Amino acid sequence: MTSHRCSLASPCKGRNTNMYIRDCMVIHMLGHDVELDYALTLLEKAKVEYGDVRFVSRKAERITTKNGAPVVSISSSKGVGVRTLVNGAWGFASTNDISKKGIKKVVELAVRTAKASGLTTKEKVVLSPEDPHTDKYETVIKKNPWDVPIEDKINYLLECEKRMRVSDRIKITLGYSEVWEEEKIFGSTEGSRIHQKVIETGGGISAVSIESGEMQTRSYPTSFGGDYAQSGYEFFDNLKLLENAERVGRESEQLISALQCPQEITTLIIASDQLALQVHESCGHPSELDRVFGYEASYAGTSFMTPEKLNTFRYGSDIVNIVGDATVPGGLGTFGYDDEGVRAQNFHIIKNGIIAGYLSSRETAAKLGLRSTGAMRADGYNRMPIIRMTNINLLPGTWKFDELIRDTKKGIYVETNKSWSIDDRRLNFQFGTEIAYRIENGEMKEMLKNPVYTGITYEFWRSCDAICSKDFWHLWGLRNCGKGEPGQVMRVGHGTAPARFNNVRVGVGKW
Amino acid sequence: MVDIKEIAEKILKLVKADQADVRVLRERSHVTRFANSQIHQNMYEENCTADLRVVIGKKIGTAKINLLGEENLNELVERATKIAKLQKDRADFVTLPSNVGKPKKVKTFVQKTANHSVEEKAMSVKKLLEIAENYRPLPKVYGAFTTTTNELCVMNTLGVSASGKNTVSNLGVCMIAEEGDAKGYGWAESAHMDVSKIDVENVGKIAAEKAVNSIHTKKMEPGEYEVILEPRAVSELLGYLSYSGMGALAVQEQRSFLCGNIGNKIMDEKISIWDDGNDEHGLPIPFDFEGVPKQRVDIIENGVARGYVYDSYTANREGKKNTGHALPPGMGAFEIGPLPTNLFMKEGNMHVEDMISNCSRGLLVTKLHYVNIIHPVKTIFTGMTRDGTFYIENGKILHPVKNLRFTQNVVEAFSSVNGISAEKSIIAGDFGAVVCPYLHLDKFHFTGVTEF
Repeated sequence: MTSHRCSLASPCKGRNTNMYIRDCMVIHMLGHDVELDYALTLLEKAKVEYGDVRFVSRKAERITTKNGAPVVSISSSKGVGVRTLVNGAWGFASTNDISKKGIKKVVELAVRTAKASGLTTKEKVVLSPEDPHTDKYETVIKKNPWDVPIEDKINYLLECEKRMRVSDRIKITLGYSEVWEEEKIFGSTEGSRIHQKVIETGGGISAVSIESGEMQTRSYPTSFGGDYAQSGYEFFDNLKLLENAERVGRESEQLISALQCPQEITTLIIASDQLALQVHESCGHPSELDRVFGYEASYAGTSFMTPEKLNTFRYGSDIVNIVGDATVPGGLGTFGYDDEGVRAQNFHIIKNGIIAGYLSSRETAAKLGLRSTGAMRADGYNRMPIIRMTNINLLPGTWKFDELIRDTKKGIYVETNKSWSIDDRRLNFQFGTEIAYRIENGEMKEMLKNPVYTGITYEFWRSCDAICSKDFWHLWGLRNCGKGEPGQVMRVGHGTAPARFNNVRVGVGKW
Repeated sequence: MVDIKEIAEKILKLVKADQADVRVLRERSHVTRFANSQIHQNMYEENCTADLRVVIGKKIGTAKINLLGEENLNELVERATKIAKLQKDRADFVTLPSNVGKPKKVKTFVQKTANHSVEEKAMSVKKLLEIAENYRPLPKVYGAFTTTTNELCVMNTLGVSASGKNTVSNLGVCMIAEEGDAKGYGWAESAHMDVSKIDVENVGKIAAEKAVNSIHTKKMEPGEYEVILEPRAVSELLGYLSYSGMGALAVQEQRSFLCGNIGNKIMDEKISIWDDGNDEHGLPIPFDFEGVPKQRVDIIENGVARGYVYDSYTANREGKKNTGHALPPGMGAFEIGPLPTNLFMKEGNMHVEDMISNCSRGLLVTKLHYVNIIHPVKTIFTGMTRDGTFYIENGKILHPVKNLRFTQNVVEAFSSVNGISAEKSIIAGDFGAVVCPYLHLDKFHFTGVTEF
């Protein structure tokens, strides 16, 4: 165990352009360095092989308006989580009692659980090397979202709702806004001390039409609450919800009488927002190295992207390049350091169609003789960090969207996720979207409802023959990625542009 | 340790509003996860939250904290009150509950479960490893052993007061047996409020047997098959049916399969489904998050749609009796509405072996994976099979099969039931449980197949 720890007096080191240091604001706001020192001293006394401590404070303001009625909720939480490695086995304990007594208890419990884990140890945990870091990271914001009056946020969403109500068929209208803030101090027995503060904002709207047992939803900018970014309130302002509200309402009610999506094998053009979820499920999750090594086998499952496939297996066509990028500005998976103190990175998961890398931790990377790619993230102080997606981005291609449609003789264009499902090795997937359009001879034709498409991950990505350019690329923010026991919900990013896939089965099921 | 009732009382005393209710929840949990036949994550958590709803006229504000010092409680009340003042009227809000009576006295807590230690869990994992040693090829052991103790106090300014504590223990085990490149998977689980009722040996044996018997899978063509769904698989379909349409808000908003169907026969007459938060055969919690005693609600009775569950908001809106099924206020209650969290499906009188004998061409499904709703009103769901799927022909299990994807109208599937087992299991949920038997359905539509 390394006893060196940097003190608060250590200079702040500048990093990438995404980082913004504002006079040690994080330290002053969270202010638990003394407690952190105390916890680390206790871990040293306990002679653990490795230990880390995270003090985490969260605050969230969630506004939902529904059929003209708003609900606002503000929640906050604060606590400490301690992770220990004793005799090659992990233990973790957490509490909201951040008094000296509470910290002592939680350190003792973390050591005790590690010792209990050791009763079954066959293969000891080995950590890949990582230099200790003393640093700070903070979201760059222009407009402080906490300064925007709640009543203004409510009124804006209510106006969106009014504009969506274009037909009696529309039975439910919804508006969403969220401000989310997390501050944390991480310290390890190897000497790291990292302060981070993240602010995220975003929102969305949805209209639900119901008639004679048919129910159709249309959302903007995407479904399940909209789009979110690590940003000030300027991100919400730029969403242009109001400008899109009437169209959303109209499409929702038109879907009721739209034609049912046909059952066929065809060319599929997937909009950026739906492709984000496709990347999430069929590339993000299987590239998590803990899944690859079976750590999630009994719950979320394993992965087809097994280690012997690294640098050899053709995952997609030559034009498919997917990166894990925790450094891109604005992403929900952007940070300075992960929750075991590994610096944020940008690396290829898929390079020219071949599997090229994994989302990893220090423990799992060491099994492959590699350094961690910095993907250990915990859902708050009370969860043990596990491998999570950062921003998993499909790099843009060269096509303009109009050209792509013009180049397609026959096919279907799908937009906005409605349902998702994939097997426990991430091969057989099936997605439903809110809306589709038939494409014929290079033109978008009539609207189709209940589109569902299905396939096998690598067959699907190998059939990708066109990806739109950076002008059509968008970094989406998803707030609801679930993994782990007890459940951990993670906020992740996906950058995508519309893309085309061939020989895809659409129109699954009896309708 | 703080007294959660005292905290709730303190908070309500600080409130200056027309009405208010508060939930104080203390949670303590141990989760021991194991993979590759050793413990890889071992976690202890303690937390206590206070969740306040303030009503001023028809304006409602909510706030939640997990630090419970005097200063924090003041801040909680200020926040919720400020939000309420900034709100628009919620026109159809009438009142928070009052004169609801006392919850039934039901056994919900077992001290042995609350005391269950990380060392005892580690010994259970060791026992599972020993059981696996009896099988060849030697299966690797994966899973989680969880014990949770919750103490909940709900109070409001109209005199409602309910409090209690409950325990849950849950062991889920997946074993994986390998032979060359082929892998066999087996799943088994056990949940109970009393940890001493968790039969580690039986869970281990079932998981191991399934794993070694499911290695050499054959690929089946997608299409219509009979299915025998094990309780875990049944619980997943019931859970999604419940989420999408067994609550009053879903019905009031016309997004439920029950809309226009109350009194109609919509499922096979062998199917009866109800919710009962007082039944000790499940994981009971006798009051809801508004402090209202839970009532038994028949949802499907002999195939006929009978009802759905209410909280105070939906009951007042419809002029019906509140059944005590509120979620915590805020986003869940607002968007989803009340939900049944203690579902039961009526057992039949068949042995599982007889159900298999009665199956002419079907699949035995241990567990479903990643179920999702394609169309809530039509109850079209999709998902995969996993952890032990077997082909049955002429009453005999012939071989394991590669996992299949289903895309199915579930109400339609429940309309043609061949048989129901006498045996049933408790499947633990997030806050409650589903208690259900094996179900033999005549038709289930599989639309795809995967590679393992």
